[in-house]
Amino acid sequence: MTVLLETRKLLKQFGEFRAVDHVDFRVEEGEVLGLIGSNGAGKTTLVNLISGLLRADAGQIVFRGHDVTGQTVHERIAAGIARSFQLVNLFDQLSALDNVALAIFSRQGKTRKLFALAELDRPVWQEAMDILHLFRMEAKVRILAGGLSQGERKLLDVAIAYALKPKLLFLDEPTSGVGTREKAPIMDTITAVVRSERISAAIIEHDMDVVFSYSDRIVAMHQGAILADGTPDEIRRDERVLTTLIGTPEAHP
Amino acid sequence: MSTATTVIPLEHRSPLRALGWAIPALVVLVALPWVADQYQTILLAYGLVMGISALGFNLLLGYTGLLSFGHSAFFGVGAYTVALMVKYLGVSSMELFLAGAIVTCVLVTAVFGVACVRYTRIFFSILTMALSQVLWSLAFKFFWVTGGTDGLRVPTPTLLGLVTGKGDKIAFLATAYYYYVLGVFIICVAVMWVVVSSPFGRALQAIRDNEVRAEFVGIQIRQYRWVAFLVSGVFTGLAGALWVPLNGLTTPDIMHWTFSGEIVFMTVLGGFRSFTGPIIGAIVFNYLKTYAVGYTVYWQLLLGVVLVVLVLSLPTGIVGTAGRLWARGRAR
Amino acid sequence: MDTLVIHVLNALLYASVLFLIAGGLSLIYGVMRIVNLAHGNLYAFGAYVTAWIVGGVAVRLQAGGGEPSTLLLLALLPAGAVAAAAVGAVLEPTLLRPFYKRAEEYQLLVTFGLLMIIDDVIRFLWGPYPLSASVLFENFGSVTIGDSIYPTYNFLVIAVGGLAAVFLWAFIYRTRFGVVLRATSQDMRMSSALGVNVNRVYVQAFTLGCLMAGLGGAIIVPSQSAVLGMGVDALILSFIVVVVGGLGSLEGALLGALIVGFVREAGIAWFPEIELAVLYLIAAGVLLVRPAGLFGRA
Repeated sequence: MTVLLETRKLLKQFGEFRAVDHVDFRVEEGEVLGLIGSNGAGKTTLVNLISGLLRADAGQIVFRGHDVTGQTVHERIAAGIARSFQLVNLFDQLSALDNVALAIFSRQGKTRKLFALAELDRPVWQEAMDILHLFRMEAKVRILAGGLSQGERKLLDVAIAYALKPKLLFLDEPTSGVGTREKAPIMDTITAVVRSERISAAIIEHDMDVVFSYSDRIVAMHQGAILADGTPDEIRRDERVLTTLIGTPEAHP
Repeated sequence: MSTATTVIPLEHRSPLRALGWAIPALVVLVALPWVADQYQTILLAYGLVMGISALGFNLLLGYTGLLSFGHSAFFGVGAYTVALMVKYLGVSSMELFLAGAIVTCVLVTAVFGVACVRYTRIFFSILTMALSQVLWSLAFKFFWVTGGTDGLRVPTPTLLGLVTGKGDKIAFLATAYYYYVLGVFIICVAVMWVVVSSPFGRALQAIRDNEVRAEFVGIQIRQYRWVAFLVSGVFTGLAGALWVPLNGLTTPDIMHWTFSGEIVFMTVLGGFRSFTGPIIGAIVFNYLKTYAVGYTVYWQLLLGVVLVVLVLSLPTGIVGTAGRLWARGRAR
Repeated sequence: MDTLVIHVLNALLYASVLFLIAGGLSLIYGVMRIVNLAHGNLYAFGAYVTAWIVGGVAVRLQAGGGEPSTLLLLALLPAGAVAAAAVGAVLEPTLLRPFYKRAEEYQLLVTFGLLMIIDDVIRFLWGPYPLSASVLFENFGSVTIGDSIYPTYNFLVIAVGGLAAVFLWAFIYRTRFGVVLRATSQDMRMSSALGVNVNRVYVQAFTLGCLMAGLGGAIIVPSQSAVLGMGVDALILSFIVVVVGGLGSLEGALLGALIVGFVREAGIAWFPEIELAVLYLIAAGVLLVRPAGLFGRA
């Protein structure tokens, strides 16, 4: 398994507080990685650093062999890193179809064109429809993003990131705020799409059922550092993880 | 939150439906000089010119979410370019005037834009206001170039190398020049319509609605805002160039930020969340101001009250409110 | 040497008035996040009211054959400040409150409408000609500085400006109301949750801001007449002050006023042609380097 993304001694601090403390993190090609940790452990900050929302104070981020530490968000997206957001971040005034189409237009560099009518670009709209079909949202294409249910909004968020044709997708709590019965279908959809395209996915999650069911590998963070890194079985039996995150010695069956 | 909302966002209006009202409007505009008197025609010419400036302005406000209080600067740059071309180069061709105005506006907007697009909201508004005041004060102070408060006179130009204004100036303005303005107006409307319907236009709206998400869809915010700033300023500058021959004279007042305020007013009057709103708002405002000025010395009070009432009760402007009433009427 | 002293005094004079106007603007923004485009016209309104009352009383007394008492005229001077404050107290609950929950653009629009309205109200009440209260100014006489003479009244203006700065500082940092004001400006919801009547704080803050603007107009009008358009000019200058010093900060308004006052004076002395442009360019320059101004909060 080749390494897709690697961080070396990545550091981010806010005053005295080290949100990400010299972290060596890696994601391998084609895997689904679960990123767990208590609130404030540094998971979202790590994703923010890798996706470019924040600038690292020290350390390196290497993606597919290239050092992307100093690159802008735009450059990282072009390189193949995309993300969804913990607090769903959509274009609420646009339909689901428009949301996805925008990502496609951007990916293809067409958003630089002032003298072309967007509505006439059939291939883009077809691809947007196909993507929404992939995410089982074909019935909702014309509905404004602001009018969708929370689960649908979460899926749309992932669909938009997916439309950027990334190699590495960061999903920040894709099932938070979603009812328990909806979680499995959402995760099934996401993982099916991701695996079929051999996209690597790193998923931040608090729901342990979700994490243990869907991840190939789990990384646990605590207070800005990586606590443990291994398969779900290994993590399930890891003492440190059990005490800091799960609480009791008898974790999950 | 799970029921479908039925409001169709402006992005989805089909182009064919747009033609439905555009064609009658066009017929009226073309026929006007034959049915109305010269004064009315010239008045409408002013309205169309302001329509172009509001159209340009709204690319920034309605589509990109940036409220500029400095568009008077671009209008003024366009106007003074024409005046200075007359004074120093002896030019009289309207096409050269327009070309010159575009060039100078591109330069000014490019420079101002670099500074302004780093900010949003209040700071953007204040910075644009300050920059337009810089130009105003320069026009004021360098009076040996700009004519100071007396301004610079501009004679009637030559249109398409064929029609000149020699002879009856009023007749010229009310016929040949009116059609010229109408022609440029139609071209501007068409170009702007394409721009806002383009993928670029969609990207601008995305930036307006959710800057972070737009960035994470791969849109480079500042670059896009800069281009929007440029296009917006050039349109308004073009309007300024068209305005000078109508007015015969250009003075520093048009660069004062309160004139920017008028452009904002007319755009909001028409409705800044629609494509046609600014145009209609500009034309209506033009009539409103002309009649108010003729009616009372306290026309500012009148317009001020109109603005306050407008913002309090009809924030979507004429077009927005009309659209809602129309939709409600059809729902019955 | 004495010309230098006079330049410094002129700069301080200008800074005093600017501090009052810009300070009011900044205070209002700091507490309520509102930029009032009509703020300059409240300064103008204060100037007109004071000129009308002080000038009017002086003329009346002189016509009666008497000598208008300086003390009396001085007592009447703050009339403009009070009037501006009253206008502010009425405006805030009626025209501004509906906009707090709405987009910032609407706030700028409604205050722009107010600007136009107040402009014409002034014209309606007092006509297009300048109004003066110069009797008071002349009564103060002048002092000799070196070879030149300098109006004594100007010292009063500088003193008022300085006192206002001190008083405001004490008010905001040493009184209970000041604490409430600062709390509300930092976190309106939290303040409200703690039992603060936010609506009342808002109207009080707005009134105070308008009082300051009106006071600026009131104290300057004896030395220069009230003219139409003075409000709009003042607004731009106070924007420059708050941009330089930082929107929402009183220290910033003071510092900004001093900087603008001195730069303007230097400009008048050495580069009279481009004086105005220099000020605007400085504002633009500061904004480029420190977007929130020297002391501001965004």
